[in-house]
Amino acid sequence: MKLKVLFIAILVIASCKQDKKAIELVSKDALNKETSEKIAQNDIDLEIYDYKGFEKFLNKKDDNIYVINFWATWCAPCVKELPYFEKLNKEYKSKNVEVVLVSLDFPHLYETKLKPFIDDKNLMSKVIALNDVDMNTWIPKVDKNWSGSIPATIIYKNDNKKFYEQSFSFEELEKEVQQYLN
Amino acid sequence: MKKTINLISATCLVLLISAFAIVKAPIEDGYKIGDIAEDFSLKNVNGKMVSLADYKDAKGFIVTFTCNTCPYAVAYEDRIIALDKKYAPKGYPVIAIMPNNVAVKPGDSFDAMQKRAENKGFTFPYLIDAKQTVYPKFGATKTPHMYVLEKTKKGNVVKYIGAIDDNYQNASAVKTKYVENAVDALLIGKEIEQTETRAIGCSIKV
Repeated sequence: MKLKVLFIAILVIASCKQDKKAIELVSKDALNKETSEKIAQNDIDLEIYDYKGFEKFLNKKDDNIYVINFWATWCAPCVKELPYFEKLNKEYKSKNVEVVLVSLDFPHLYETKLKPFIDDKNLMSKVIALNDVDMNTWIPKVDKNWSGSIPATIIYKNDNKKFYEQSFSFEELEKEVQQYLN
Repeated sequence: MKKTINLISATCLVLLISAFAIVKAPIEDGYKIGDIAEDFSLKNVNGKMVSLADYKDAKGFIVTFTCNTCPYAVAYEDRIIALDKKYAPKGYPVIAIMPNNVAVKPGDSFDAMQKRAENKGFTFPYLIDAKQTVYPKFGATKTPHMYVLEKTKKGNVVKYIGAIDDNYQNASAVKTKYVENAVDALLIGKEIEQTETRAIGCSIKV
């Protein structure tokens, strides 16, 4: 009898241990899957627009707050402020704030520079590419005061729009966004 | 109590940030079309100082703010050389000015500028705005940023501000050559049709 109890106890302990291992394995697998899915997603997900196609991102009227940042991988001050936009996107997502990072990278570098950059930096905000050479036509449409230097950012909610031809700190960015929240 | 302190520090932070925001406000005052551009004296890659007044026979100038490191500026380098070759003999030489703070962009250092000018065979002066005092007067915000000046009795009048042409990616696909059209109009004494255009460029590093 005593022996039987001991045997069951060992069996239970062993199976528990095995279960735990199995769970660990599963979670590790899930993690790997997530990472590979993300890379694959980035590979597929680079939407490329000419200005006409892109215009819709500046004119949404769904009560959300949109933060549209014009940047490029070759633009040092743009790359420097990207983490602040990422942080904003993460922390304010629940408050209906959406960040869209509009890359102005050269089209022949989408595969070799832009996509690897998105992967390396693990960018979570929506990244799209704007490719329209007729800049003199579309730059004033984005904002009449934009000289064309980047970084440049638009923050808007419905018809309430503000344009910034400048670099941001996270605090500055947060302050601008908060104006739309109250 | 803790809440009050938090509130105070938050207020201080906001005040501090707004103070910086004012300091960081972009330069918006610069030459407008019709303004007289002040002359300057800047160091060329050959070590000599260059002023617009040195060009006794010039009818005007194609001034470009450009640099080594901006991909847009690089994309336009050959077209800037071509502009000088075409228009210097007609009285409109190119004057290139590098406006970036070289501490921020070491790739635009005077040494690097000298190498670039030599490698590319620049036929025009490539000047360094070492004190960063000239580009704010023009109101240049980015590289490349073009200004066409016409020499008159009153001084060098700003006649065109903006881009070189309408296709930075492909020189052979250009439809409108803004700078050439402006200089061509000036050469035959006609009104310039497009006096201002926009283009994407790299912000000038301060």
